[in-house]
Amino acid sequence: MQEYLDLFLTFAKIGAVTFGGGYAMLPILSRELVDQRGWVTDQELTDYFAIGQCTPGIIALNVATFVGHKRKRLPGGIVCSMGVVFVPLIVITIIAAFLRNFAEYPVVKNAFAGIRVCVCVLVVNSVLRLWKKSVVDIPTLCIFLAVFLLSVFSFLLPVSFSPVVLVLLSGAAGLLLGQVRQKGGRK
Amino acid sequence: MIYLQLYFEFIKVGLFSVGGGLATLPFLYDISQRTGWFTQADVANMIAVGESTPGPIGVNMATYAGYMTGGIPGGIITTLGLITPAVIIITIIAKILNHFLGNRYVEAVFTGLRPASIALIASAGISVMKVALMDIPGWKTSGKLSDLVIWPALILAAAIFAGQKKWPKIHPTVWILIAAVIGIVFRFAE
Repeated sequence: MQEYLDLFLTFAKIGAVTFGGGYAMLPILSRELVDQRGWVTDQELTDYFAIGQCTPGIIALNVATFVGHKRKRLPGGIVCSMGVVFVPLIVITIIAAFLRNFAEYPVVKNAFAGIRVCVCVLVVNSVLRLWKKSVVDIPTLCIFLAVFLLSVFSFLLPVSFSPVVLVLLSGAAGLLLGQVRQKGGRK
Repeated sequence: MIYLQLYFEFIKVGLFSVGGGLATLPFLYDISQRTGWFTQADVANMIAVGESTPGPIGVNMATYAGYMTGGIPGGIITTLGLITPAVIIITIIAKILNHFLGNRYVEAVFTGLRPASIALIASAGISVMKVALMDIPGWKTSGKLSDLVIWPALILAAAIFAGQKKWPKIHPTVWILIAAVIGIVFRFAE
């Protein structure tokens, strides 16, 4: 029981300090789950994000379910997802009930203009941190650059690639690469 | 009865919105059009509130939409609806992955997935940068390259970056809090 409570409270805390989409959760997850609790590794976290981005559902919930499942199977997954939504549920209910023009207050706008700057830096630092374990050689560097450029400059292309397609293609590239390497190894 | 309907509508949202929280938007517009539970203007307000409150944007918008339709129970039910498919699908995938743990082929697939995963996160970071550090409309009207950068924001970003390097032990939340205070004091939104 103690462990479920621990999972719930940890993810409630993470949900409370995530500002933005699921990617904004990454710096907090690295700190709370990898550094402080040792529940998952950086590599597992990267894997969860990869799968979370190409499977149905909100990325943040997908990643939370993964971590919960690793600790305590299905009940763990449910508890972690509930944890992520706990604080937002209360905050949004209060805002929807009493403060519909919440987002229009100058103090809120200013605070969030500042927070967005911080989120950029945190995300960049997270990427730099995970980089070492994900981009390990020339082929993985090529995959990184291809996906990065295709998604950043998608507005210049006649067809835009959905993250789903990019993730699936990268998985296929990894598989192909593994095969080629194995053959090379045999010679 | 409305609650059951709300639950199923948001299971659909959770099931079909792949990617970031903003992927739920088209579905919210669709629900608004079909059911009239909330207006298109409400959806715009949901984005604004969802982006300026703690929590993943997708969850925030679902809660807001649920509250608009069915009060407090409505907000709880839409959020549960959003969670349901995520928990089911990820549990299945996690089970399969556990089964294939250490499998050569699965490992190879992940070697390709990992750089793609961080590339997508980096590109999401770039989208935030475009809003937080750059003034693209301002640059387009004035044509001066120096107007492209929001200098106070860039200075703050550099300071946080240096601070994180110097004091890696400080929790990310502390930096977020500091940035919020600086944003308020120096009126970053203006």
